[in-house]
Amino acid sequence: MTFSGAFGEAGSGALSGSFIELENVEKVFSVRRKAGLVRREKSEVRAVDGISFGVERGEMVGYIGPNGAGKSTTIKMLTGILTPSGGRLRVAGIDPSRERTRLAQRIGVVFGQRTTLWWDLPLKDSYRLMHRMYRIPDDRFAANLARCVELLELGELLDVPVRQLSLGQRMRGDIAAALLHDPDVLYLDEPTIGLDVVSKARVREFLRELNATRGTTVLLTTHDLTDIEQLCKRVMVIDHGRLMYDGALGGLHEAGESERLLVVDLERELPPIEVAGARFVRAEGPRQWLAFPSSASAAPVVAAVAAAYPLVDLSVREPDIEAVIAKMYGERELGARAGSP
Amino acid sequence: MLRLYMTVAAGGFRRHATYRMATAAGVFTNTVFGFILSYTYIALWDERPHLGGYDQADALAYVWIGQALLATCALMGGGFQEEVMERIRTGDIAVDLYRPADLQTWWFSDNLGRSAFHLLGRGVVPMTVGAIAFDITLPSRPSTWPAFLLAVALGSIVSFSIWYLVAMSAFWLLDGQGVAQVAWLGGLFFSGMLLPLNVFPGALGEVARVLPWASMLQVPADVYLEKYEGWGLLGAFAFQGCWAVVLLAAGRVAQTLATRKVVVQGG
Amino acid sequence: MAEHPVDAGTVQTEGAVEGPAEGRGDGPVEEFAPVLGGSLLGESWRTYRMVAGMWIRSTMTYRASFALTLFSSFTVTFFDFVVILLMFGQVRGLGGFSFPEVAFLYGTTSTSFGLADLTMGSLQRMGRRVRLGSLDTFLLRPVPVLAQVAADQFALRRLGRVLQGLLVLVWGLVLLDVEWTVLKVLLLPVMLVCGALIFSAVMVIGASALFWAQDAAEVTSSFTYGGNTLLQYPPSIFAQDLVRGVVYVVPLAFVNWVPALYILGRPAPAGVPAWTVFASPLVAVVCCVLAGLAWRAGLRSYRSTGS
Repeated sequence: MTFSGAFGEAGSGALSGSFIELENVEKVFSVRRKAGLVRREKSEVRAVDGISFGVERGEMVGYIGPNGAGKSTTIKMLTGILTPSGGRLRVAGIDPSRERTRLAQRIGVVFGQRTTLWWDLPLKDSYRLMHRMYRIPDDRFAANLARCVELLELGELLDVPVRQLSLGQRMRGDIAAALLHDPDVLYLDEPTIGLDVVSKARVREFLRELNATRGTTVLLTTHDLTDIEQLCKRVMVIDHGRLMYDGALGGLHEAGESERLLVVDLERELPPIEVAGARFVRAEGPRQWLAFPSSASAAPVVAAVAAAYPLVDLSVREPDIEAVIAKMYGERELGARAGSP
Repeated sequence: MLRLYMTVAAGGFRRHATYRMATAAGVFTNTVFGFILSYTYIALWDERPHLGGYDQADALAYVWIGQALLATCALMGGGFQEEVMERIRTGDIAVDLYRPADLQTWWFSDNLGRSAFHLLGRGVVPMTVGAIAFDITLPSRPSTWPAFLLAVALGSIVSFSIWYLVAMSAFWLLDGQGVAQVAWLGGLFFSGMLLPLNVFPGALGEVARVLPWASMLQVPADVYLEKYEGWGLLGAFAFQGCWAVVLLAAGRVAQTLATRKVVVQGG
Repeated sequence: MAEHPVDAGTVQTEGAVEGPAEGRGDGPVEEFAPVLGGSLLGESWRTYRMVAGMWIRSTMTYRASFALTLFSSFTVTFFDFVVILLMFGQVRGLGGFSFPEVAFLYGTTSTSFGLADLTMGSLQRMGRRVRLGSLDTFLLRPVPVLAQVAADQFALRRLGRVLQGLLVLVWGLVLLDVEWTVLKVLLLPVMLVCGALIFSAVMVIGASALFWAQDAAEVTSSFTYGGNTLLQYPPSIFAQDLVRGVVYVVPLAFVNWVPALYILGRPAPAGVPAWTVFASPLVAVVCCVLAGLAWRAGLRSYRSTGS
């Protein structure tokens, strides 16, 4: 990672370093807690505790970690919502906290659980507002909208009031809204949360396409490991405000050796299932849990189980980020909890 | 079952007790308004010393009782109805209707707890400030205090039953906001919050004094000011009690119809 | 302000938006023109219109509901005046002021307050956004935050209050027996506008406090709604300490009392010097500057604590 050179200090000047660049960034909150009836105690919480990383232009990076690990605090600092308590931070050469509104023209943000669309108005009205608010030139707006409409299949939804859209449709609408002003960087916070399988696939496909054709830098926080698997070559794991891992997803798997779970409903209670390629985890009445490596296909395991045991139902549980991270630190207990229903 | 509702009431009390900042802000606002209104009433009673059968000290007591009961009797709304209407709008109410606990009794208990907290948290301080800053009438008999508290309790119940009916309307109207607004206006005007109802002229005054909203401020204030004697006091309680029973029953009917509607339409 | 470049960043948007998205290289693209306060105001006004426009269109999807709420807004503010009517049903004067004079006071403050409430009234609900964190969305946009928050939930129904205020004002003017001079005629609209600005400034200051205390919105009501009620009545009926308070501490007296009493040909409240009759614009500007500073401080606190 290279840090800013001689003319980096100018503030808005070009940096010789990465496109997104954090150097020892800290965010300390002081929290007041009730202590006794009236007295309040002050204590410090280091939400982000000295994080450094760089993201190159056009990279697509997963930023993951358990709840409260400091993910959203980092994103808020990167977007200029929060001012860091310490360290140095640049996005596209801009110091977000100093030039928040200038940065706003360069970034797009999608919060999975918070729509920015206008509830009672047709989708296209929200886009018209973006058009004016970001002062997007007419031709560029038209072109971007047309592209988003085509790729996100929004054509029939443009005249529908947002409140009538399904969750997946709304998410696609939100993603389009974040891209109309041609941002260089897109931050996505849980973009697939609550979506059905088809919608998830469509969103992922779009993001891949966006990254490949436009070179948009994407930073993605998610709980869904499949998002990361399908989109990001690089993953950063944050916990307790510190960067715990930064590297290829494969490396994370190795580090954590993630497993998927096969949930088997048998006709009746039976002794633990024994099949090749899977490990018995636990049983609860006629239901049993088997673990097998994430890298392996589920098909042979399923076939083996089906051949030897009276099946009622089957399902495969994808490994959850939490479980992977927990395993990474050898906290097996936590992993088992995350994997159980 | 009674135990459950007592727990709910205690919960209502505690829930509002956690908003300390909001309570303090409310007390401040009530006190400021108390001061402003006191001066306007002084100006009015200076001109007409025995207006509406009140002397100036009575009128000032009336102002501060109004400020003290503003939150307690939800004279300007702000009670529970917004939450219920939101649950109806989103359909979450179906879950509530299938619960073993009765919806009306549940919210009744919750509201009782809220009301009790507001009486203590938002009523006592403005009343005390008013009594110190102005020459206001204080009850001459100790027995007036429990009678006043009973009148306030009944007033709070009438207030609840009105707002509950308002909330139920959301089952039939797409946007219950309009009904809430009308109820708010009605309450503001006919509770005596603007001016004591006995100052209202002629027929308007006569009508205003028999409407349910009179139970929420005018009657408790008159009990406090010892305007009722003997059987008259019982009559005042009976007036409040009758409205409470009638309106609670209406709320019950509305709830039954609404339940049927929800069950038939599936939400 | 050099050590708080946050504000500079807000203002520099001007430069950025002029040349949008050209030359997306890594280098510095935008040239920053010297920034004047005026451009921030212009940008705020533009944002306000855009966001308010969206809310109006949202409201209009529920026309019946809008009509009803407009009516009730008109009615509830009319109740304030009904009180005065009821009072004058019983008496001939309040604190030595006649009905037309009180109607004039009522009309002026209600119009000013109505305008402020129409444009800035949503600010009192900002505490919720701060608490839930939904304010963050506003900070992601390249336009002034205050304008976005003020226009949030813009409610055209609040026009009811303005209309009602104007109606009573006209009524009062018709009944008034005042010797009008050119100066007095000019003072009237100035008074209404400055009054609206003073009330707006109070609302912004109140909203700024919400960054620290999200549940304290009601305190602001004491000064806004309470102030409006106060100013509807002649100063002669209030304790003189209270009158001095709204002249020197929270200068609400400049909304209408000071200039209005001049128009009515009565002595100034709290013995203020004669020139203050024309001081409302000055007071309004000072209030707005203070409000701007309070807002900046509040936003800065929010961005460092994320409360």
